[in-house]
Amino acid sequence: MGILVTFIITLDDGLASWQAFFAFNLKKAFSAMSGDKHIAYLDNGDSTQVLPEVVDAMLPYLTESYGNPASLHMLGLAAEEALDESRAKIAELINARPAEIVFTASATESNNIALEGLRRQHPDKKHVLISPVEHASVRNVVKRMEKQGLVELDELTVDDNGSVSADSLREKLRDDTLFVSIIHGNNEIGTVQDLPALAELVHEQGAFLHADCAQTLGKMPVDVRALGVDLASFNAHKLHGPKGVGALFVRKRLKLRRLLEGGPQEQNLRPGTENVPAIVGFAKAVEIAVRDMDTVIPQVNELTQQLAERLLEIPHVRLNGPEVGSKDRLPGNLNVTFKYIEGEAILMSLNYGGVYVSSGSACSSRSLVPSHVLTAIGLLHEEAHGSIRYTLSRLNTQADVDLAVEQTKVAVDRLRAMTAFIPEEHSERESEHAKTFYKQKKEKLD
Amino acid sequence: MAIKYTQKVIDEFTNPENVGELDDANAVATEGSPACGDMITYNMIIDPETKVIQDIKFRSYGCASNIATASMASKMAKGKTVDEIKKLRAKSVTEELEGLPAVKIHCSVLAINGLKSAIRKWEEDNGFVDPQAPVVTEELVHESLRDVINPETGLSLVKMNMVRHIEVDENKVFVEILVGETDEMFYENIAEETREHLEALPGVVDATVKLTEVPVGK
Repeated sequence: MGILVTFIITLDDGLASWQAFFAFNLKKAFSAMSGDKHIAYLDNGDSTQVLPEVVDAMLPYLTESYGNPASLHMLGLAAEEALDESRAKIAELINARPAEIVFTASATESNNIALEGLRRQHPDKKHVLISPVEHASVRNVVKRMEKQGLVELDELTVDDNGSVSADSLREKLRDDTLFVSIIHGNNEIGTVQDLPALAELVHEQGAFLHADCAQTLGKMPVDVRALGVDLASFNAHKLHGPKGVGALFVRKRLKLRRLLEGGPQEQNLRPGTENVPAIVGFAKAVEIAVRDMDTVIPQVNELTQQLAERLLEIPHVRLNGPEVGSKDRLPGNLNVTFKYIEGEAILMSLNYGGVYVSSGSACSSRSLVPSHVLTAIGLLHEEAHGSIRYTLSRLNTQADVDLAVEQTKVAVDRLRAMTAFIPEEHSERESEHAKTFYKQKKEKLD
Repeated sequence: MAIKYTQKVIDEFTNPENVGELDDANAVATEGSPACGDMITYNMIIDPETKVIQDIKFRSYGCASNIATASMASKMAKGKTVDEIKKLRAKSVTEELEGLPAVKIHCSVLAINGLKSAIRKWEEDNGFVDPQAPVVTEELVHESLRDVINPETGLSLVKMNMVRHIEVDENKVFVEILVGETDEMFYENIAEETREHLEALPGVVDATVKLTEVPVGK
């Protein structure tokens, strides 16, 4: 280290580029010595890094044009213009009208406004349908309605890839079905639903279709008209935008009862001063994602496919969800089960090795129950416990994939060497027993 | 929710001691199951004369804290007598690890119960105690609920006064748990953990768990 430093100090001024080159290597040498290691962030399904272009677009609305868009003076006007432009831009990119966009604080809030808003508007229609692979912000909203006796709730069925069965939708739709809520791209196993076909069935029956598009926006074309949705939820932080901002598409002429009382902001559906800097960042992030989609998505798909292939070489590994890189799966999403070991332990091992991922195991969930998505596609509890989700974005590199593969192999080998779960001792019959056992438990609980 | 482990837990998880099994073990027990997501198997060699645990190894299927508690419990047991282990409490393992998050307290209970199960089996095999007669009593049920941890607080259902009613009808057990003060997201876990502990009791064939939301007198 000392030699390098001396070398740079004595470098001739004319050799600026050499100096930069050595300074760069010095930085690398320093980080190697200080234990600073390469980090592979593979949890982009949870949140993403905000792109510098997005930050640049946002900053003026924090420090210069900081007015309230409802104010009548020039600073208010500047904020209102930014808001209008952002709304128009997002509307255009999803083939909606600006007046159909309601800005919210998250996709979770959008889901709540959509579903609870519909229920309050139509108290006479008692039946609601959801897929069994919904995000908690849909699932828990309708479960609460059911518990309070406000609706009758039915769940659709999915195949072992998580695709909603059109037949089950046909069977379960009723004359008094108010809405059907289906997640466009599943956050855990990446399943992309065939919404246009399902929308047709929903509308034939006179019900509304809501889709949670939090994971699909920016990763594939999202055209609300082509999808046939009446309501759709979005957010910014899954596509390199800021946290704390989302949007709800509400089809023209569709009426919702609002949940909060206050001012007339956001088509009278979401009172409260708009988060202008975040909304500007949101619009910028969508713009960049759509602009670069043709180059970025194949690159993300290629890295994800490579990661999948290399991980599936490990013995006793199962791919959860549709084929990686296919049109039925979110780009960048990979979910695998490493049998006979537990996901939280894998996640923690990877964490200490500089690889950040998530898991569907009971131990890594706050509620200590395994992922309902993984059990819905037929995984045994012990298979759900061993699941790891890797989600890649445009910012991931070959080095990230290499580190993830290397660290995963180390973690899996180490944990399998000490596992108490000896497969021969737990025959298929016992697994079957465990499955029925838990099913009965669940039924009793429900 | 990010899980924040103490450095002790991280060290114990990344470098556990006493991993494996013993060919000449005279006390072996497994606690937990794959479906539950945590399981520990202990192998011990207990000296029949001195009742000292001469050697101990463990295998663990579970999260980082499961592995850390299993390793720590094995270190605490090594060289101790059977009677000393019987007095050991889950809390001591937690303290030795400089604390565990509330949702992980159940790991230390599993680790201690693993040690105690192995000892119990050894005592039965060597005629120190009569094999447990499969008579289910309300007291036994109540005792077993001391090992069911409310993940929100890290305290047992008994300690939190959540056990409202116990009924025993020969080999059938009915238990009512008050969950009014607990976050709804933990209901499923509490129901499963309770049932699992009841069904593990010798002689229990059928266990019914009822969760009640409204506390008495409210």
